[in-house]
Amino acid sequence: MTDDTLLSARGLTLSFGSIPALAGVDVDLWPGEMLAVVGESGSGKTTLLNVLSGRLAPDSGAVWYRDPAGRLHDVHAMPAPALRTLHRSDWGFVHQDPRQNLRMNVTAGGNVGERLMAQGARHYGDIRAQALEWLRQVEIDAERIDDLPRTFSGGMLQRLQIARTLVTHPRLVFMDEPTGGLDVSVQARLLDLIRTLVARLGIAAVLVTHDIAVARLLAHRIAVMQRGRVVETGLTDQVLDDPQHPYTQLLVSSVLHA
Amino acid sequence: MNGYNFAYLDEQTKRMIRRALLKAVAIPGHQVPFGSREMPLPYGWGTGGIQVTASVLGQDDTLKVIDQGADDTTNAVSIRRFFARTAGVRTTTHTSEATVIQTRHRIPETKLRDDQIIVYQVPQPEPLYRLESSRAETRRMHGLADYGLMHVKLYEDIARYGQISISYDYPVMVNQRYLMSPSPIPAFDNPKMHMMPALQLFGAGREKRIYAIPPYTEVRSLDFDDHPFRTIRAPHACGLCGADNVYLDEVVTNDRGGRLFVCSDTDHCAERRAAGHVGAAAMQDAAE
Amino acid sequence: MYVTVKGGEQAIDAAHTWLAEARRGDPSVPELSLAQVEQQLGRAVDRAMGEGSLYDRELAALAVKQAQGDLIEAAFLLRAYRATLPRFAFSAPVNTTDMLIRRRISAVFKDLPGGQLLGPTYDYTHRLLDFSLAADGTPPAAPRMEPDDTTMPRVPDILGHEGLLEHDGDSDGEPGDLTREPLRFPAPRDVRLQALARGDEGFLLALGYSTQRGYGGSHPFAGEIRMGEVSVEIEPPELGFAIDIGDIVLTECQMVNQFKGSKQVPAQFTRGYGLVFGHCERKAMAMALVDRAMRAEELGEDVTAPAQNVEFVVYHSDNIEATGFVEHLKLPHYVDFQSELENVRRMRREAARQAEHAEAAE
Repeated sequence: MTDDTLLSARGLTLSFGSIPALAGVDVDLWPGEMLAVVGESGSGKTTLLNVLSGRLAPDSGAVWYRDPAGRLHDVHAMPAPALRTLHRSDWGFVHQDPRQNLRMNVTAGGNVGERLMAQGARHYGDIRAQALEWLRQVEIDAERIDDLPRTFSGGMLQRLQIARTLVTHPRLVFMDEPTGGLDVSVQARLLDLIRTLVARLGIAAVLVTHDIAVARLLAHRIAVMQRGRVVETGLTDQVLDDPQHPYTQLLVSSVLHA
Repeated sequence: MNGYNFAYLDEQTKRMIRRALLKAVAIPGHQVPFGSREMPLPYGWGTGGIQVTASVLGQDDTLKVIDQGADDTTNAVSIRRFFARTAGVRTTTHTSEATVIQTRHRIPETKLRDDQIIVYQVPQPEPLYRLESSRAETRRMHGLADYGLMHVKLYEDIARYGQISISYDYPVMVNQRYLMSPSPIPAFDNPKMHMMPALQLFGAGREKRIYAIPPYTEVRSLDFDDHPFRTIRAPHACGLCGADNVYLDEVVTNDRGGRLFVCSDTDHCAERRAAGHVGAAAMQDAAE
Repeated sequence: MYVTVKGGEQAIDAAHTWLAEARRGDPSVPELSLAQVEQQLGRAVDRAMGEGSLYDRELAALAVKQAQGDLIEAAFLLRAYRATLPRFAFSAPVNTTDMLIRRRISAVFKDLPGGQLLGPTYDYTHRLLDFSLAADGTPPAAPRMEPDDTTMPRVPDILGHEGLLEHDGDSDGEPGDLTREPLRFPAPRDVRLQALARGDEGFLLALGYSTQRGYGGSHPFAGEIRMGEVSVEIEPPELGFAIDIGDIVLTECQMVNQFKGSKQVPAQFTRGYGLVFGHCERKAMAMALVDRAMRAEELGEDVTAPAQNVEFVVYHSDNIEATGFVEHLKLPHYVDFQSELENVRRMRREAARQAEHAEAAE
């Protein structure tokens, strides 16, 4: 692992029965950069995300994380409490289905404030003020702060999930198809929001998507996966404008132009 | 009751319960699972408290049993009789004379001493049960001190009602580590638990958990810095003895809205009246 | 003048005296004997034993009589009595292959060694009230047949020979006992089965029924139901061999369920098991359905239905715990209610004051 990567993985291998989901994958992520992992369904990209974030253990290989103090941690050797704390503070995870990461019977304000309260925030006024600020940042009307998420549209739910995830200023966010299942126009607005927030806050992110256009819009670097292997990786524009690997060429050429 | 051991439980069972109690005292506020036995009283009616009392009771003890603060409510009577029959210990209604006090839903107004034990009957030992129904998950939350969910609930209350809406069984943080249910005592009684000189033991028979607060332990009711915990009581004085700083029962005296407020702690009220204190209703009666 | 209510003790004593009178009923009517209850209300006695977790027909008959036929109350009496008894051993697993069969049927085979024996079943009765039972009388003698020495292999063993039915767990070692040790999750199968065996028949029946209607479900077939006497054996360490300490009547149900398999493991049927004291077929069958449902996670199925949620089933199957807590609501709760009253009164005052301010501002 080089001296300044935020997250690194070497030799990740994982099989489900006889199906190889990951067949020797290496990943490097630097602070403040967005890495897109693209591929078709079945390529292993979501599995990779889960292994990188410690949610799924690999058969072999290791994932290393560098904390704000510069210390290296083996993600899969960390004790459960430490990993759980990491997920609530330094790390974030944005799910494709926002309902998986929201409390549907808790108000928008409560959802955003939860991570703050889990970290020890004890001033109601402050928590509420921060929640309001974050709702503003994700362009949710301040009046909705006391509304339950079940009254929100799909796009609003996703923005609420993002607010809830970013409220503790994580340094690293994992995103699993964050715009999947949304209308095209809603997607565009959401992508714009993600790009702005990530840039402003200097967040590093690993973004899984099957949509090349999303990768081009958001990511500095791209890794193309096919059948559990990374077949090509590099700066996003370079890879997409001048794909070397036949599979990448296939992906790029089969993108439907809107 | 012929053929039964002292205080009903066999010595092996008592030993098992006392081991659980020792563990509980060593980890204030932590719920210790124990092999609760079937008792001759129904689950939910005090079997946990009874098992704890039976395990700590000795022949020289003096036992007081209260329910809703009163010695004479039917279930307190029933439990006191149970111990009178199975243990033959001395029983009393005077808080200051008791060495062991078993209680349902109140802490006596009279300050307890360091030579006393108070045993609480607990219906639901898990403070998070309404927020998370899986015990496997709540166990993980306690283990990781992962209590964000409870604070979220308090936040929601303030957002919805302008105040925290919990009026009894108000969750507390014990020794700055464990979130605990104090049992359904009114929030008014919570402050009494903080730095109490007596040993506080909690028994939940149906849910099979024991927990404890050793003497002089920090017990803080959850709140926000800008919405501090406050107690709730009827803003009146006892009609019989005049006390205005104790928990009161509201008695309906007629069908035209007539109300009388009296001390919930019957022993405390009786002591005050014996000492000459007279409340407004009693004075009015004397005048008539 | 308000006088604080006293006399709780006297009230309780009077209540108990009245209860005894109500239990006895009209004194001119002959009193029930325990023998009558045990003999002629046998199913009630069986249920009290099963849910009371205590096999003793006479005690169960007493409990049923004392409870005026309230079977949960009767089971409670037996449980409380059981709690005072020392547990000095655990038995070897009962061998139901050697059961002295009174009834044995299988829905998966038309015929099988030992045949289909109907036994004393209600199954084919027409549910018409029989008014001849209102008068005393002796029923005609049932026809007898010579005892048959044909072995009665259990259907699971028949299927097992071909490897068609999954192997059941090994039964060495001491079984868990949730009456001694606090329950922990994940609960192993022996403890889950114990909870079901003691569990409320109605609750298990409803859950089992729910699996048949789509709330989780495993395509069950009644592989075999057998009812009869088995001997209970223990092996005292001082002797080093097993001794027979008595016979009990059991009802056993083996459900054969949805097969499972993968590319590596060939398909096999899966099991659900029910075992109850006495003649209690409905419960044994329901128990087998719920047992299988609770194995969903182990068998790689999605856990979506109540019957598949182990915590839900095990925590709520004990009707003694359930009735205790439901009925405890009768106990005084006026202290907590007082707090709620003051809380609500305060919130309403606050809301009224805010409304006044808002009006005044306009």
